[in-house]
Amino acid sequence: MTSARLAAQPAAWADSSVVVEVWRETMAIADVELRKLFRDPTELFTRAVQPVLWLVVFGQVFSRVRGIPTGNVSYLAFMTPGILAQSVLFAAIFYGIAVIWERDLGIVHKLLVSPAKRISLVLGKAVSAGFRGVMQAIIIYLIAIALRIAIRWQPLDIFAVLAGVALGSAIFATFSLIIACIVKSRERFMGIGQVLTMPLFFASNAIYPIAIMPGWLKVVALVNPLTYLVDALRGQMIVGGESVHGYASDFGIMIVIFIVLSAIAARLYPTLLR
Amino acid sequence: MTATLNNAAAAPTGFAIETEALTRVFSDLMAVDHLDCRVPYGQIFGLLGPNGAGKSTTIKMLTTLLDPTSGSAKVAGFDIVAAPAQVRRSIGYVPQMLSADGGLTGEENLLLSAKLYAIPRSERKPRISDALEFMGLTESGRRLVKTYSGGMIRRLELAQAMLHRPTVLFLDEPTIGLDPVARHTVWDRLRDLRQNYGMTILITTHDMDEADELCDELALLHRGQVAAVGKPAELKARLGPDATLDDVFAHFSGGSIQEGGSYRDIRQTRSTASRLG
Repeated sequence: MTSARLAAQPAAWADSSVVVEVWRETMAIADVELRKLFRDPTELFTRAVQPVLWLVVFGQVFSRVRGIPTGNVSYLAFMTPGILAQSVLFAAIFYGIAVIWERDLGIVHKLLVSPAKRISLVLGKAVSAGFRGVMQAIIIYLIAIALRIAIRWQPLDIFAVLAGVALGSAIFATFSLIIACIVKSRERFMGIGQVLTMPLFFASNAIYPIAIMPGWLKVVALVNPLTYLVDALRGQMIVGGESVHGYASDFGIMIVIFIVLSAIAARLYPTLLR
Repeated sequence: MTATLNNAAAAPTGFAIETEALTRVFSDLMAVDHLDCRVPYGQIFGLLGPNGAGKSTTIKMLTTLLDPTSGSAKVAGFDIVAAPAQVRRSIGYVPQMLSADGGLTGEENLLLSAKLYAIPRSERKPRISDALEFMGLTESGRRLVKTYSGGMIRRLELAQAMLHRPTVLFLDEPTIGLDPVARHTVWDRLRDLRQNYGMTILITTHDMDEADELCDELALLHRGQVAAVGKPAELKARLGPDATLDDVFAHFSGGSIQEGGSYRDIRQTRSTASRLG
């Protein structure tokens, strides 16, 4: 029997640095998530419905109002990066539901008993959320082409859009994971998820500039991570679009938010079982 | 971590599992109450008790999922609080729920475990095919786990848990909801794991047959404490020549095994049973 052969060679632990270990574990988690996504990609297509409605119905109608100052771009082009950011937010914010589901199945138990570091479990989810976000971005690009919105096609711009989308997805997915660790039940999570998404969306620059907001809302918008995602996307996705805060601050702020959220999520993840 | 602490944590103890006044209090409930328990290397040891006796809480503490409120425990010679990382490398765990990922194939589930347990790339393939063969799943390795029967999922989980050859294997209600044939297969595989790899195996159960047939030694838990400990035959002999384990249990816990259990336990058991169909 082959078992006897292997019994003589106990698992030699791969001797590697923490960074290499975290990378390996993170990719292992992301790998299974993506395998499942490609096995059943319907989710990617159903998620395309909402942005189509926003752009084709809401966007087309609001373009005619001309009440919103959008600089030298059309309102439809102005809101396209906003709708991309919105679809990223809506997809990622319910990520925690899947984690609660995995907890109920005992998958989380098994992950937490393994030697994998907690931060790897969190980052693995973030990487797979980032990848889903990139798929969403591709769909929104296609919608934008169909609507004849002037897109920036320089490779660096496209790369920056995809990087921003991946980072934004990772932020909201990790935020969602934190909520899941706190509420621990699907019912409560659904309630909170619904309560959070609309305020995050409306208290941002997704469909109107911050400049025309009342003062109190400006304050909320400036602490809303979605604002920085929209700002970065707006400057890089559409011809004539401008970043108000500058890419360095947009990406810098998002990276800091992501690091803080990941650290919190890694601490809270084990409490999911209590 | 300081070197002294490390050395203290790694000191060999002679027991695979050793707890000292291990205690866990939930807000209003003493789930595990100064538990003292020793499991020698190479044993199949059963924690027996009704729902709510503290079995699952004990296993959660020993597998580092839950910190004790007070007291201490060592698993494979490592302190569960001071050296949780070493404990995790030394153990395997099969939760009560059927936890293999249904959206993945058997092989993919095993590959995930192999990566998380840091098994070197060159060893992953041979170990995975070996584990599949050991568990009689070679034919099904490339099928999605959601097409597996309950018994096959349990065996796949055992395959996952044995990949890294743990010193101690923990199983929470390993055969709950399985049909008799699948149940005996799981018992046989557990005996093989002990035989071939010298694994120490700790199971929780409230199934008297499982306790009687599979376990070398039992600890009867009652309200978070060990009410009695010994070999199944010894425990029965204490009560008389015709006593069964049910009698032993009734004697030490003052009630039938069927009683008790929180809503949560029952809900979990039912959902496991219904997943198994």
